[in-house]
Amino acid sequence: MTWLYNFLFIALPYVALTVFLIGTIYRYRGTKFKFSSLSSEFLEGKKLFWGSVPFHWSIIILFFQHLTAFLLPDAILLWNAQPLRLLILEVSSFILGITAFVGLFFLIFRRTTTSRVRAVTTSMDLILEGILFIQIFLGLWVAYGYRWGSSWFASALSPYLKSIFYLNPQIDVVAAAPLVIQLHIALAFVIVLLVPFTRLVHLLVYPLAYLWRPYQRVMWYWNKDKIRNPKTPWTLFPPKNN
Amino acid sequence: MDIRSQVSMVFHLDKCIGCHTCSIACKNIWTDRKGAEYMWWNNVETKPGTGYPTKWEDQGIYKGGWEKNGDSISLKGAGKFKGLFNIFHNPHLPVLDDYYEPWTYKYTDLIESPEGDDQPTARPVSLITGKPIDIKSGPNWDDDLSGSPDYARQDPNLESLSPGEREAMFQLERMAFYYLPRICNHCLNPACVASCPSGAIYKRGEDGVVLINQKVCRAWRMCVTACPYKKSYYNWSTGKSEKCILCYPRLEAGLAPACMHSCVGRIRYLGVMLYDADKVQEIAASDGDLVQNQLDMILNPFDEEIIKAAKANGVADSTIKAAQNSPVYKFVKEWGIALPLHPEFRTLPMLFYVPPLLPVMASISEKNNKAQSEQLDPIAKFWDDQWLYDTSTEEIWGSVDQVRFPMKYMASLFTNGDEEKVKDVIRKLMAVRIHRRGKTVGDIDSVKVEKVLSDTRMSADTADEIYYLTSLAKFDDRFVIPPAHREQAFEMLEHTSDMKGATGFGFKEAPSRGM
Repeated sequence: MTWLYNFLFIALPYVALTVFLIGTIYRYRGTKFKFSSLSSEFLEGKKLFWGSVPFHWSIIILFFQHLTAFLLPDAILLWNAQPLRLLILEVSSFILGITAFVGLFFLIFRRTTTSRVRAVTTSMDLILEGILFIQIFLGLWVAYGYRWGSSWFASALSPYLKSIFYLNPQIDVVAAAPLVIQLHIALAFVIVLLVPFTRLVHLLVYPLAYLWRPYQRVMWYWNKDKIRNPKTPWTLFPPKNN
Repeated sequence: MDIRSQVSMVFHLDKCIGCHTCSIACKNIWTDRKGAEYMWWNNVETKPGTGYPTKWEDQGIYKGGWEKNGDSISLKGAGKFKGLFNIFHNPHLPVLDDYYEPWTYKYTDLIESPEGDDQPTARPVSLITGKPIDIKSGPNWDDDLSGSPDYARQDPNLESLSPGEREAMFQLERMAFYYLPRICNHCLNPACVASCPSGAIYKRGEDGVVLINQKVCRAWRMCVTACPYKKSYYNWSTGKSEKCILCYPRLEAGLAPACMHSCVGRIRYLGVMLYDADKVQEIAASDGDLVQNQLDMILNPFDEEIIKAAKANGVADSTIKAAQNSPVYKFVKEWGIALPLHPEFRTLPMLFYVPPLLPVMASISEKNNKAQSEQLDPIAKFWDDQWLYDTSTEEIWGSVDQVRFPMKYMASLFTNGDEEKVKDVIRKLMAVRIHRRGKTVGDIDSVKVEKVLSDTRMSADTADEIYYLTSLAKFDDRFVIPPAHREQAFEMLEHTSDMKGATGFGFKEAPSRGM
């Protein structure tokens, strides 16, 4: 079994992260036109609400919870020091997990049953939705069956994830973990691997910059102030405004 | 003062015959593609009518445009917080059914069906799903008041009318309509630009054309909501929003946009106007007469000071010259007979409309009710000569008040409810006709003509100029397009030496749907 663990928890993460990094950068630079959330709300707007809104909000919060437990395990452990706070965290996360699960179920249902949405559905969309569905299901199973996940993630899994980034993978803990948890981890890396090949790229271009840009945007061919200023040195490319 | 030039247009609605040639020219060039079949960057609507998409003027439904918020303005249905909060599901987004489901016919069935007892038919099939559909609506389903109970009576502009006035409009013998061609307004304070979370939409500094960068658009769909004119469309196939580009590749080559060039009624005029960009936000948030405020922002291109300031700001000499010859400036500023569409949306639209004189001006009256009834054919019930369809100028301004088309309705479209303003324009248009009739036919005496002209604060020369530009203008009078200075524009796209020996400029990536 060692070879399998080596593959799933050492090889797969590195392959996934490399492909993710190179793939997304290549795709962003080479095929900018294909960076899109590919919204289908225009074709079907009512059912989408019941799927998209619960799914997105809860999956975002859950993602940041995982990220916090990975990056700041001590903070999570400190929070969990009191049983009541642990319970609040676990219960609210579990509810969010169920919300995401139900939301995704609605989304899959909508995508497969609405003929207009089916017209813009690729096989990759279905594969991705299937994987996410399984992943959230596994996550719920882990949360329910192996309590308390927030604590042992912070104390046991965070060192493993960090060891990957330190290029010194330590897989003893994950190799000893129950199968469900192992699957959840491996599938997470598969999702990372798939990002550049699916519509998931849209989460990398979430328009946060909108918050601090002025509302109006005007673009000029050239920066007319600079081009008219005799002190501007001559360059191969004329100074642009934007 | 930050003087910029803006390519602007005037539509003379009196001359529009509603032939949709402009729409077809635009469709053939730009939107005859998968995902864009339902888009009509240029469309022609019958007024009263609900338009395309259905009831686009009703911002209670679509939440487009800006709304006054204290001293400033904010986007009604989008904006930084509303936009990012609603990004996963935009509650005010018009969906396909608000436009129409595009379709084609299975023509091959006509020739490839097996022999049988029945005549083969070409069934309509959806261009989205490919399945047979029942056609329920199209982009101009309400043309010429067809289906009035469903369309014309649902016109959001009728809300300003009393129920009685509304009924009067739809009496058969009083019924009137006119056409309203619409393209993107290339606004000075565009709501679509402000609403785009990705920052993909921008206004070109040199000519004011509003464009969507297809490589930056991420399908957050906020521009579709924010544009109160619903002139930003979502391409469901490529996952990118698209809008009228004012045929900028043609403009840069000195050609009129396709819709304008193909207009058979010659209703369209295009030219540049100079405006003060520093005032945009102030004017967009201003109180009072929105139309007048907007016109105040447009500057006189003959003023020495303004020419100096424009030059200092980098406006090319050729552009200033074009602004002086601009037919749009004449219609909008000098003569004051063109009005913006729905100024209350506060986007400062730069398309202007000369309101239609007919059918507005014609009034009908019954000469003698009793005699009329006796003469009425009991079977055919046609109206005979006792009904007077009055286009005369007996009472000079009286007929403005007795119009078939309520002034309130026109005011709700063009002047934010200011009836006097519309009446003033109508009077001016009438004065030109009276003046010309006096001159050419000679059956109106000169005292009356002079009174008419002085009432409308016009000189005989001005009236002649309006007449010339309305009726006799040649192509070069109607379209005054300044050189685009492509030597500058070119380098915006690519550096020429980089592309030496390559296949060409522009899109090197096929515009197909992402994974």
